[in-house]
Amino acid sequence: MLNDFLAEFAPLLIQGTVDTLTMVFASTAAAYVLGTVLGVVLHITAPDGLRPAPVPNAVLGWVVNIGRSLPFIILLIALMPATQALVGTSTGVAGVIPPLVVATAPFVARMVEQSLAEVSRDAVEAAEACGASVPRIVFSALLPEALPSIVRGIAVTLIAVLGYTAIAGAVGAGGLGDIAIRYGYYRYEDGAMIVTVVLLIALVQLIQSACNLIARKVDHR
Amino acid sequence: MISIKHVHKTFAVTRADGPVAALSDINIDIADGDIFGIIGMSGAGKSTLVRTINLLERPTAGTIEFDGRDVTALSGGELRAYRRRVAMIFQNFGLLAQKTVLDNVCFPFLAASGKVTAENRARALELLDRVGLAEKAQSYPGQLSGGQKQRVAIARALACEPEVILCDEATSALDPKSTNTILKLLRDINRETGVTLVVITHSMDVVEKICNNVAVLERGRVVEQGSVAKVFANPQAEATRVLLGKVDWDA
Repeated sequence: MLNDFLAEFAPLLIQGTVDTLTMVFASTAAAYVLGTVLGVVLHITAPDGLRPAPVPNAVLGWVVNIGRSLPFIILLIALMPATQALVGTSTGVAGVIPPLVVATAPFVARMVEQSLAEVSRDAVEAAEACGASVPRIVFSALLPEALPSIVRGIAVTLIAVLGYTAIAGAVGAGGLGDIAIRYGYYRYEDGAMIVTVVLLIALVQLIQSACNLIARKVDHR
Repeated sequence: MISIKHVHKTFAVTRADGPVAALSDINIDIADGDIFGIIGMSGAGKSTLVRTINLLERPTAGTIEFDGRDVTALSGGELRAYRRRVAMIFQNFGLLAQKTVLDNVCFPFLAASGKVTAENRARALELLDRVGLAEKAQSYPGQLSGGQKQRVAIARALACEPEVILCDEATSALDPKSTNTILKLLRDINRETGVTLVVITHSMDVVEKICNNVAVLERGRVVEQGSVAKVFANPQAEATRVLLGKVDWDA
């Protein structure tokens, strides 16, 4: 029975896992490039930041909040024409990465902003008193000091994105979420559903443990 | 020579009784090579005052002159160059926890030129040796005691061969033994290099141990200033007498 099950579902589950991991890591990586820039700008333009700028800070805060207000399924559908134009398809793994990035970047911006806020003000002020420029403080003091916290934020983000990919499965993105919906929900294949859920649990545990380990390794406090 | 001229600082905090005046008409001259104490109770404005000297706080009015040049309006590269001539150490040390002791001491070089050369590193090691922490170069600040952290901060302050070191409550977080080590180190460095020290403290003990001159600050005003010997022998202001412990407990 197990052999029958594996023969039928193993290739599907392996492909689903690969697709899920591709979606999760590619979109999280891109979201971090964008979100870190947003988070740094939010941090330094804040009222008590290194370069207070109330208007840009408020506008950027609004944009980030709007990005975070839209339910992912709505964003996914709303962005379909843009996604189509950008990557040539609005379905499959490639088609879901752009909306995932758009949905995740504002989330990352807030995570990074929060990590930067935890950095000791004294250390930043000392860097300023050494005659360091703002970019120097950002790259040589703020971001390195915040790194362990940023890594812990990456775990939270990866797991949140994993959840989003399951939603994307509903509109034909592929991956484990898609399998769970198509086989587990529509066809009552309990075996496929259970294995999918177990795989998702294992992925979450793995991501969290790996990030905890890295955070501990890079933290010298 | 640092001349603080008619410096006022008002914080735009919205309170029922209007904006908060932290400093009012401060006039202080600090000679080259001096160890100048600025003493006052908590909230007297001494930290705000010392932070106006390297422009971490901008005075609301008045000027800061450094060697006869008004530095109050400096910005950008000029401000950063000025800050390298006026180093600072802090109550909570302000070290980067994720960098080694050596990298912390090298930070001013990085701030100045965007890179750290082998020469810079050798100089940083010399400075660590001077403060007695050569063997801790590869440690992280988290592995050091408070007194050791402050010695690292002193080495960092010395990296760019500053003309002035601002010491903002540099010994207030330390036990008496470490306090003495730090004060002696600061005094010796002053004698060896002629660097001017501006020492902010709430402790008369610190002033008595290392300062030549002192200004007493109370509620944002200088209520008394002069040589330490004179001020200690014959305190005029009530605040000075309180700081000296000459108070009638039962009054």
